[in-house]
Amino acid sequence: MDINDIVKEENLVYTKTKLMTDNVLSYCPGCGHGTAHRIIMEVIDELGLQSQTVGVAPVGCSVLAYDFMNIDMIQAAHGRAPAVATGLKRAMPDKTIFTYQGDGDLAAIGTAETIHVCNRGEDITIFFINNGIYGMTGGQMAPTTLEGMKTATSPYGRDLKLMGNPLKITELIAQLPGTYFVTRQAVHTPAAVRKAKKAVFKAFEVQKQKKGISFVEIVSNCNSGWKMAPVKANQWMVENMFPFYPLGDIKVDGELVRTNKVEIKS
Amino acid sequence: MGELKLMKGNEAIAEAAIRAGVDAYFGYPITPQSEVIEYLMAEQPEQRTGMVVLQAESELAAINMVYGAAAAGKKVFTSSSSPGISLYQEGISYIAGAELPCVIANVVRGGPGLGTIQPSQADYFQSTKGGGHGDYRLYVLAPASVQEMADFIQVGFDIAYKYRNPVMILSDGMIGQMMEKVELADQQPRWTDEEIKQMHDSWAAFGKGEHRERNIITSLDLDSARQEKHNHHLQEKYRKMEAEEVRYEEINCEDAEYLIVAYGSSARISMKSVELARKKGIRVGLFRPITLYPFPMKALNAYVGKIKGILSVEMSAGQLIEDVKLAVECNIPVKHFGRYGGMIHSPEEVLTALEQLIIGG
Repeated sequence: MDINDIVKEENLVYTKTKLMTDNVLSYCPGCGHGTAHRIIMEVIDELGLQSQTVGVAPVGCSVLAYDFMNIDMIQAAHGRAPAVATGLKRAMPDKTIFTYQGDGDLAAIGTAETIHVCNRGEDITIFFINNGIYGMTGGQMAPTTLEGMKTATSPYGRDLKLMGNPLKITELIAQLPGTYFVTRQAVHTPAAVRKAKKAVFKAFEVQKQKKGISFVEIVSNCNSGWKMAPVKANQWMVENMFPFYPLGDIKVDGELVRTNKVEIKS
Repeated sequence: MGELKLMKGNEAIAEAAIRAGVDAYFGYPITPQSEVIEYLMAEQPEQRTGMVVLQAESELAAINMVYGAAAAGKKVFTSSSSPGISLYQEGISYIAGAELPCVIANVVRGGPGLGTIQPSQADYFQSTKGGGHGDYRLYVLAPASVQEMADFIQVGFDIAYKYRNPVMILSDGMIGQMMEKVELADQQPRWTDEEIKQMHDSWAAFGKGEHRERNIITSLDLDSARQEKHNHHLQEKYRKMEAEEVRYEEINCEDAEYLIVAYGSSARISMKSVELARKKGIRVGLFRPITLYPFPMKALNAYVGKIKGILSVEMSAGQLIEDVKLAVECNIPVKHFGRYGGMIHSPEEVLTALEQLIIGG
């Protein structure tokens, strides 16, 4: 058997995502951003939406998302992506508009924009990558940093009395009437990636139906910021992030399916 | 002749925006310009032309909605007043950096801080020297009447699209609130999606077709050498505006021994001061910059050797005067006069200042 017997259509198990550019990803090895980018681009491709889609990149590690996603894109000021997306969608109501934001962008500096875009029920999709830390600026405390977690600005661990509680913004926006589909996913295992991709599909379907906000949180790692090897970071995420940010659907078809009450120690 | 109406400045600019075929307005209420969004909401332009009007949750959101819609190649208008315009500055810097066209009206009130709701011209520096972070300029038009509030919408969009640059209409609470006769332009159709595609396919983000590479709207470039090159490009654009897009008006200047330099409301008041002075036999003219950036440097410099002194009049502690001095390069004595903090000078006060500071000075 030579190589030509193997390189055949029926043996093809994976191809490069068509809507990802050839640019080398700027993310650290082991980071979840690359996988999150890929499944979003796969879904846009599979739905045939490339010519109809405009994405909005945030400030944070994914500030250069437009280097990797082969669609028209806009880079927004820190936290303002939902407002930029609102402008786009109001101006082009039939186009598919999404934002791709990290936890600092979406849940700290952009909290007002996040809550109001969800409350207005704009027909856009929000992808929220939550790794509990500011990656790009060098590992400072984020609004979603867990209690006791050490970061560059909480070097002795997050002290809830001093620094406040980690913000469950996804549960918060799920309460708003403008949100229609709210889910929390992960991309650390093949099974999780498949589930997350299904959620991305559903999110764009909801947007097509003009039902309001579709919101996909992806709990992810930050091995550089957490100062852990990639495998260790994923383990730590499963053991520490998931109990506080449990995976699964929170709101489906406009109905809350889980309240996700988690006791926060004071 | 277009339709004649008696309107407030704020209403006239809103009506002119609908008639200019604007696609979207995003704003947040603030005195003394809330009539702009109130008028638009009452007019329901979505039914007249399909124009979108949205009240944002903050000025931060409003200017970023402008950024988004302008990125799609759509004609976007917004308005606010001084404290709100301060909040706009981050977004304006991004819009200037990403080279997006849009028109922003500032109906200025007294400051600093929350200041007052009365008219002022104290946002001159902020408007003409950049305002937000980085090296950039807005094209700044200063209306001196309700008519110009309406007319400058079209002028503004022409420049905004010619240069892909944000344009500011810098008025104040007096122009915004006063009522005058205004001749309105006829309704223009909004651009169709096909027209936008034909005109702006090279840069706008409305969806990547097979025929072209993706369009990216960004002000970010981490490569300093490329960022410097981008800055050179912006500066070339501003030099071109300085060479080709200057506007000003000269009233009674032919035989003038003295000049009053004033814009907007102060120019309007100073017209009366010139009339009063002429009655007293003082040969004074009014030089009115219409574009504050680019400032009419050459036109004003042409008075060197011809006049004895300039009174720079503005409702601020002295901001315009810096450009007046730059224009005449210390070859003509220049003095400042103006009330501020929401106070408006009378024509008589301007005349007295001219007599005391310039003629007797």
